[in-house]
Amino acid sequence: MNIFVCVKQVPDTETKITPTSDGSFIETASIKWIMNPYDEYAVEQALLIKTANPAANVTVVRVGSVKDTEALRTAMAMGADDASLVEATDNLDSYSIAKALKGAIEKTGKTPDMILAGKQAIDDDCLQVPQILAQMFNLPSVSVIVGFEMNGNTVKVKREVEGGALEVYELSTPVVLACNKGLNTPRYASLPGIMKAKKKPLAQHSLADVGVSDADRRVKYSGFKLPPEKPAGKKFDATDAAKQKEVVSQVVGLLRTEAKVI
Amino acid sequence: MANVLVFTELHDGHVKPVTLEILGKLTGQTADVAVIGDISAEQIAILAKTGAQNVHKIKGANLDKYSPEGFSNALGEFIKSKNYDYVFAGATSMGKDLLPRLATKFDAGLASDVVNFTMDGGVFAGTRPLFAGKCLAKVELTGPKPHFVSIRPNALGMNPSPAAGAGAAHDVAGNAGEIRAAIKEIIKAASTKVDLTEANIIVTGGRAMKNAENFKILNDMADVIGATVGASRAAVDSGFAPHAMQVGQTGKTVAPSLYIACGVSGAIQHLAGMRTSKVIVAINTDPDAPIFTKADYGIVGDLFTIVPILTEEFKKLLGK
Amino acid sequence: MDFSLSTEQREIRELALKFARNEMTPHSQEFDEKGIFPTDIFKKAWELGLINTCIPAEYGGAGFSSLDSVIIGESLAYGCMGMNTSFMANDLALLPIVIGGSDEQKKKFLTPFTEEFRIASFCLTEPGNGSDAGGIKTTIKDGGDHWIVNGEKMWITNAGHANLFVVYGTIDPALKHKGISAVVVDPKTAGIELGKKEDKMGHRSSDTRGVRFNNVKVPKENMLGKPGDGWAIAMSTLDHSRPLVASSALGGAQRALDLSIQYSKERVQFGVPISKHQAVQFMIAEMGMKIEASRLLVHKAAWMCDQGLKNTEIASYAKAFASDSCMQITTDAVQIYGGYGYSKEYPVEKLMRDAKLIQIYEGTSQIQRLVMARELLK
Repeated sequence: MNIFVCVKQVPDTETKITPTSDGSFIETASIKWIMNPYDEYAVEQALLIKTANPAANVTVVRVGSVKDTEALRTAMAMGADDASLVEATDNLDSYSIAKALKGAIEKTGKTPDMILAGKQAIDDDCLQVPQILAQMFNLPSVSVIVGFEMNGNTVKVKREVEGGALEVYELSTPVVLACNKGLNTPRYASLPGIMKAKKKPLAQHSLADVGVSDADRRVKYSGFKLPPEKPAGKKFDATDAAKQKEVVSQVVGLLRTEAKVI
Repeated sequence: MANVLVFTELHDGHVKPVTLEILGKLTGQTADVAVIGDISAEQIAILAKTGAQNVHKIKGANLDKYSPEGFSNALGEFIKSKNYDYVFAGATSMGKDLLPRLATKFDAGLASDVVNFTMDGGVFAGTRPLFAGKCLAKVELTGPKPHFVSIRPNALGMNPSPAAGAGAAHDVAGNAGEIRAAIKEIIKAASTKVDLTEANIIVTGGRAMKNAENFKILNDMADVIGATVGASRAAVDSGFAPHAMQVGQTGKTVAPSLYIACGVSGAIQHLAGMRTSKVIVAINTDPDAPIFTKADYGIVGDLFTIVPILTEEFKKLLGK
Repeated sequence: MDFSLSTEQREIRELALKFARNEMTPHSQEFDEKGIFPTDIFKKAWELGLINTCIPAEYGGAGFSSLDSVIIGESLAYGCMGMNTSFMANDLALLPIVIGGSDEQKKKFLTPFTEEFRIASFCLTEPGNGSDAGGIKTTIKDGGDHWIVNGEKMWITNAGHANLFVVYGTIDPALKHKGISAVVVDPKTAGIELGKKEDKMGHRSSDTRGVRFNNVKVPKENMLGKPGDGWAIAMSTLDHSRPLVASSALGGAQRALDLSIQYSKERVQFGVPISKHQAVQFMIAEMGMKIEASRLLVHKAAWMCDQGLKNTEIASYAKAFASDSCMQITTDAVQIYGGYGYSKEYPVEKLMRDAKLIQIYEGTSQIQRLVMARELLK
């Protein structure tokens, strides 16, 4: 069984984001990169499947800048068997990324039985790549999954939708699944795992190697800027019990007359 | 002027508000609406009033409930039969799942989760948040047409005076094709509240809530104003609320019209998830809590005394 | 000259820090308040290979260098200095076996720690003998086919949970240092009596007790080296353990700095974040400077250990400087937090309480200065 996990390297959630002076992207020099948190659920799910099917092979695939390979190394330290990296800039659009991932998966010569990914990357927040990849491979897909069961080649997954309702899908492999928080608890890479990961194979390709060019760009970004600071709000002191009712009544009035939201 | 198709979802037979936000914003373009399944004359009238020229009702076998393949096959076939420059939809659970697949059928691009846009000369140029709203960027589409756009609910707002359209209804035979991933059952959520990401009003509790039971006072207020209750990461990590309620960078990113933060200090990750809310009210005992820097209306005081008074005032205002 | 860490060392640090942030910090205040021993967290850290870093590869360990172990120690202490004391105590207890044990003893006593989760205690200090470790009163007498241990030990970390004790005693008090010997003792042996858990100022999640030995029989083969080798083993152990203990001060200090930076940017006074006030800036600058200097000392002391160089002087510099700096830095962190800093609702007062112990255990800051002076003046 060939399982592929798509991972992305993204700025740590605590990173301060600063647009470049020309607005073409963000400053990346001092960013601390981590594996996209949603991708950790995908890696964990792949490893859980591997535990149940020891013959399964888990390959992690990433498209991004080469400067460090933390996300792939972490995934291999967690237990993935091998990795594949397509060297690219960090601001590719979803279509190009999906096409590059497809190319990298095909380069392994293995036919995917399952492709797992995080439901979204917390950098561009697009929620597109898994579904695009599924369409490109002509495979069924379910996104935002929070539950997973597997029996032979039948997969039963729960997809979280509005209001916390769950759609239950049953389908046969091969499938593409986009994972959400709540699906599992990602394991830590262990120290022996980190040592072992050093010896695991990591294939590297260029975008051209996997058949992706500038002509594949579908979405263009420009004018990166910080969101506008709101003008200072109004602050009311309601620490004095005698004035609380008056203050609250005033705020409620403003919500209707000034802000017009009630 | 561009030819635009707006895909609408129905919720209990009603058009989702985001469809009307999109249609209102598209005043000046030629906009049609597509819906999968049936839609009432009353709803068609609402769409027409907001600018829909044609309303296409796509009906066929296996289209009674959502499936990524069935809906993208049927919509794809319909779109191919027309000559649309753009296809818009709401960035809802379904829209987020469906549009990437649908766009790829045309090898076309999708600008997702757009919060504002222009159509100068019939060409789309949008703004969307990235990095959980920590920055904004201009987004444009290139490559094969039609181009696809998903719009974040509540972001555009309603156009108070949209140009009306003809609202001509058409039945379209839809072909779901092969469906490999189909919904077997739907497990209803315990709560019937609107999801955080779509809620128009959100009331959030932070670490200062002290325990899960105390969320009752937030629920009471939420019931009065029709709000959905959320929680900060600190409250979720402390076990006061489930992760599904978490607002912030590792939770849900929200943009309601009104956001009431109760005992939320306003960590940078939390602010990232709610900063695009239209109006923010904060209640906190600490006058220097960072949440006040984002609040339109800040109340310095103890939430356990302020929230019940607020609930009473809302009741009075709304005549409940 | 190369100050950079290897790729593996950076990954080890990331793992340990992630573990510290996700598993230790969230419980650190509660466990401190209630005095809960962190058994589950300890076990989880062991499963990831973060515990017993001193065990050599040939006995089932990961084969970490001293530098690796101080990197791990700093990261875990970042999560909670108190919990880290329990974790680190395993290394402090096992180091004498690594240093003074025979091949057979290492196989017998170290390897089980790599195969299952086990806890160890180092029993040196006595009610009447702390800094003056040479004046040990506990006796190890020859009982024919076994040793007989009698005496009382004090401030024994992990004592209530330990699967193994390393006990220091003397074969004859008149021999002073030359009589000191070390034996490995099974805590379940008859005659061992545990005292009640100490109610401490800080490090409250770590289990600290007195241990009384009443005619405790210990197999002959459990003595490390020969009778009288104990002092040399203890001194060599300290050269290894002081950088490790210093690293825990470093982790606590780093956390105090990170919290201070974060808070000073959020807290507004006189219309600006307090980080814009020079008085606060100076405290933060001082913290950063002392942490960097501590880290260089700790890394150098560990590096010397790895190179087989005599590091007694540098290890004492590292231990005293890092722990004294940690005390100052955590005190300043409370100052930066102001009234909130003094409240148990905020995390910095605990750091200040925890910092104090690191100036005391494993050789007080004053003893370190004695060691330094002795080395400098010899």
